[in-house]
This record gives sequence, structure tokens and C-alpha cells, in this order.
Amino acid sequence: MNRSLRPLLATALIFAIAYALAVMQFPSMFSTRVLGNFLTDNAFLGIAAVGMTFVILSGGIDLSVGAVIGFTGVLVAVLIAWAGMHPLLAFAIAILVAGAFGATMGLAIHYLQVPAFIVTLAGMFLARGGASVITRDSVPINHEFYAWISDLTIRLPGGGRLSFIGLTMVAIFIIGALIAHRTKFGSYVYALGGNPVSASLMGVPVARTTVAIYALSSVLAAISGIVFSLYTSAGYPLAAVGVELDAISAVVIGGTLLTGGHGFVLGTFIGVMLLGLVQTYIIFDGTLSSWWTKIVIGILLFLFIVLQRLIFVASAPGEKAAKA
Amino acid sequence: MIRRSLLKLANPQLLALIGVLLINWLLFPNFFRVTWQDGRFFGSLIDVINRGAPVAILAVGMVGVIATKGVDLSVGAVMAVAGAVAATMVVAGYPAPIAVVAALAVGLLCGLWNGILVAVLDIQPIIATLVLMVAGRGIAQLITEGFIVTFNDPLLIYIGTGSFFGFPMAAVIALVLMVVVTLIVRRTAIGLFIEAVGVNRAAASLAGIRSRMLLLLVYSLSGFCAAIAGIIVAGDIRGADANNAGLWLELDAILAVVIGGTSLLGGRFSVPLAVIGALIIQAMNTGILVSGFPPEFNLIVKAGLIFIVLVIQSPLASRLAPPRLQPAAKVPAK
Repeated sequence: MNRSLRPLLATALIFAIAYALAVMQFPSMFSTRVLGNFLTDNAFLGIAAVGMTFVILSGGIDLSVGAVIGFTGVLVAVLIAWAGMHPLLAFAIAILVAGAFGATMGLAIHYLQVPAFIVTLAGMFLARGGASVITRDSVPINHEFYAWISDLTIRLPGGGRLSFIGLTMVAIFIIGALIAHRTKFGSYVYALGGNPVSASLMGVPVARTTVAIYALSSVLAAISGIVFSLYTSAGYPLAAVGVELDAISAVVIGGTLLTGGHGFVLGTFIGVMLLGLVQTYIIFDGTLSSWWTKIVIGILLFLFIVLQRLIFVASAPGEKAAKA
Repeated sequence: MIRRSLLKLANPQLLALIGVLLINWLLFPNFFRVTWQDGRFFGSLIDVINRGAPVAILAVGMVGVIATKGVDLSVGAVMAVAGAVAATMVVAGYPAPIAVVAALAVGLLCGLWNGILVAVLDIQPIIATLVLMVAGRGIAQLITEGFIVTFNDPLLIYIGTGSFFGFPMAAVIALVLMVVVTLIVRRTAIGLFIEAVGVNRAAASLAGIRSRMLLLLVYSLSGFCAAIAGIIVAGDIRGADANNAGLWLELDAILAVVIGGTSLLGGRFSVPLAVIGALIIQAMNTGILVSGFPPEFNLIVKAGLIFIVLVIQSPLASRLAPPRLQPAAKVPAK
């Protein structure tokens, strides 16, 4: 069996067991209502996590996504509420701005040859600071387009509803999976994560691919910010603080190898759902405080990292020489 | 020898610090005025030193980690944990010295945990320390049971806000820590070993350096420093706030280290310059505050600062610059 499938299977298995245990304790968790809310509540995280999957597959990291979500929310809210633009135009502007922002980070990472985390850290400061300079308050959005979109739901048997933003996330996951596994760009990303030197020797356009990866991550973060603004009907500069950590956790739990080169976009989907399950369970239980979420996510993260190490160290004896 | 060390003083970091302080002075003419009141110094300059101390202490620990090509994202969360431990223990009636020692021990343990993940399990440092960064605040909440634990213990308050010969205690602790760590790494071979591991861990191991031990050591030191900073911050507000203590300070600490000229690619580091980096950051914070800009403006300035430092450090710049200005060509400062 392909060894990069093993972490994915482990995640799927853990999700199935955890969900079964949760349903045994609270039978009402097995309903279309809960499942529908799963998608809606985690939509913005899921979309950002798709971008993060590409970044991590290429062996990088993007710490700026939470800040880009916050910035996009503020930008969209200001363009709609203060400048009176149509939301769709505001969305397009936000996506363009984010794309340019991500591409700049990609350029810096490639041409300055510095670790991705420090460049995206600067990007995080810039986006968060930029959002706070535009406004320091929450800007509400009252537009008929927003009301129209939030009414756009598919009713499921059993009282559940699939919201537009939940379906957007699912669509982005499917498109992301197709890009990763069925396009040239996708194979460049995997090649870069496997070994950048041999990738460049094989003729992978490293500069162009790096720029495209970070631009993609920021664009998806912007879409995530738009979804977040649809979800909350407001833009707030301090929104989505720390979402980058949740996104990284979801990607890792979803079985993508942190050193790059191995992993699946759909694994990230299971990772996001597992994080959502932890949160929903804690809400259902009622006696556990919300800080348990952080601890459980930390434990899951740790377990999956160790699992990855065990699988990959055991099957790659050549790496042993590099350690001691 | 003396001339060489005098020349070394005229480095870009110190000049930058002086520059930022001068700009502050232009914006705020009373900036350098230091008065003596109630047995201690007062003034904006003292404030910069005092407020910069926690980040400076974190930076002392972070330097070693970054010099081994790693990074420690968990220091902010470890600060919260250490503060929570110290506060809950004094509230529960333990004597303050025991609470302080326990908090330091917990910090050391957190650092050791990170070190084990990095050195023994060979996990990338960003991700290994991410585990504690995510879970740490939850653990701190668990210790404080979700409340902000306030205390009136004189020793803890003294550590946070006291004065030592007129100087803020926090700054004195930072200075002592800086001197001790600098002496340890520069008067013994440890600094050289750390640089060797940072440049090439496999080669360092083959050369007989116990790189695993060394990594455990630098991460433990980072956790220990974070615990000290956590106790100071808790003492400063007379309470442990699991949610906000040390929030985002890991980023300031990394920034301070990077401004201090330590290479993110490992192999070159300086403890005193990282402390100066922390002071530069704090001087900018204070400057932005006194000149009436919103504090969020700070983030943009910091982003710009990171970018400038990265461009200067990058191989691209050293290729463009005339040979004698090459920053990358410098041999590790001894």
C-alpha cells in the first residue's frame, strides 16, 4: 500500500471512531442538522486550510492566513458599507489585493531565500496592521445581497440545512483536490515539496510555482475572509486571530507530511471535520470548558506528528544517516 | 583588543537603537529626562528598558534555538503557563519562593518537551513547538480554572514591578540573564557547538558534537527564559491571565533575534545583539505611542522592519553589494 495513504486512513478511522463514540453518548449528534452546521461553522477554516495544504505540500508554511481573513473582512465591509459598492465587486477587489499580497510573499521567499515562516510572519503583521489602520471597530454589513445569500440554503430531510457557504467550502475542496492531483501545477507542488533541488533540475519552474502557491494560499484566505464576513455579516480587524494555527493543525491531522511532498487535499477535509467534531462535542457536553478544545487539538496534533514520524522513519532507512 | 571591541560597538543594531531613540527624542523632547522619585528612576527611557525586558528575556532563550536552525513558537504560551502556576500556588498558600521555583521548573519542563520532540523525534521545530503553542494556553486555563488569578504576594509583585538600586527589577533580571548566558556560550565551547549544529547537524554529529544533548539544552533554556518572563508579566499585573499573558510575544522575540543579526538559517548568533533588538522594538512601540499613532500601526512598522532585515541578510543583497559591505561574508562574531 502507498505509505502516504496511511496517515490519511488513520485520520479517517479516528474520525469515524470519534464520531461513533460521540453519537453513542449524544444520539442527537447523528442528524442532518448537526452535519449541516458542521459544514457551515467550519467553512472559513476549511477554505483557508485548502490553501495551507498546498503551501505545506510544497514544504513551506503560511502564517499570514488568519490576518488575511481579517483584512479581507474589513476591506469588504468598508467597500460595501462606506463606499457603497456592490458586494461582488468588493469580493473581486479583495481577491485581487490578496492575490498580489500572496504573490509578493512568494517572490520574497524565492528571491531572498529566507524561510517562509518569517516572510509570512511579516505578512501577518502587515495584513493585521493594515486592517486595524483602516478601522479599529467592527463594521456591520447590511446589504440585500448578504441577506439573499444567507437565505440560499438547501433543506435536508431531518431539519438540517446546507448553507451556501458550507457548499462553497465543499466545492473548493473538490477543486483543490483536482488541482493538486490532476494538473501540472499540482505535480510541481509535490515535486517542490519532495526536493526543491531535484525539482529545479527536473525543469520545474521553481520561482513561478512558489509565487503561485503563496498567491493561491492568500486568495483562498481572502475567499475564506469573504465567507467569514457572510457568516458574521461584519468586518472586524481582529477577526480570525489564530486561524492559521487551526488550519495548520487540520492539514497535519489530515495526513499531509510537514516536510512536504506527501499528502492529500481531501485528508485536510477530514482534518477540518475532526476539529469541528471536537468543538461540537464540547458544546454538546456542556460541562467541559472551551479551553479543552485547545488541549485536545494539541494532543491530536502531537499524535499525528508522531504517527507520521513512525511511518516515515521506519520506511526510510536512508534518513537515519542524517541523524545521530 | 580594546580597539576591536570598541569598533564592535559601532554595529548596525546599536546605531539603529540610537537612531530610534533620537527620533523619539525629536517627537517627544522629554524622552531622555530621567528623574529620581520614591527610590527609583522614572522616565520614558527607563520605561523602554522596563517594558522591553520580557521580550529581551524571551530573546535570550530564542537566540540559542534559532542558532540551531530552529524556532520556538511556544514561548508565549509557556509564559502563560508559568504565570498561572506561580499565581495559583501563592493563592493556594505556598510560600512565594517555592511558587517561583515551581513555575521555573514547569517552564524548563515545557522547553524539555519541545527539545525532545525536536531532538529525539526529529520533528520540524516550527511544528514541534506549535503543539505547545496551541495546547499551552489551554493548559494555563486549566491551571487557573478559567479565571484571572490575582494575588498580593510581595515577592512576585517585586519581581514584576520592584526596583533594584533604582532600576526596574525586570530589566535587572534581563541584564543578568543576558550576561550569564553570553558568558556561558562565549567563554566555553558551547556557543561554537550551537553554531556547528545550526550550520549542519549531521556534520556536527560526525565531528563528535552531541547534537541531541545540545538541542535539548537550547530548547530547555528557551522554556526557562519564557517562565522567567511569564513570572515578570504576572507580577506586573498582579495576576495570571491565561488568555492574554505573553500573547504574540513569541513573534516579538523572533523579531528581536532576527534584528539582532542572528541568521535564521542557523550558524551565527549573538545574545547581546538580540537584547538590543528587543530594545529597538520596545523603543519603536513607545515612540509610536507617544507620537499619538494608533498602536496597531506598530504591526506595519514591524513588518517593514522584518522586510528590511531580510533584504540585508539575503544572499541577493550580498551579491549586489560591493565586497567590503557584504554582510553575509562576516565570520561568526566571537
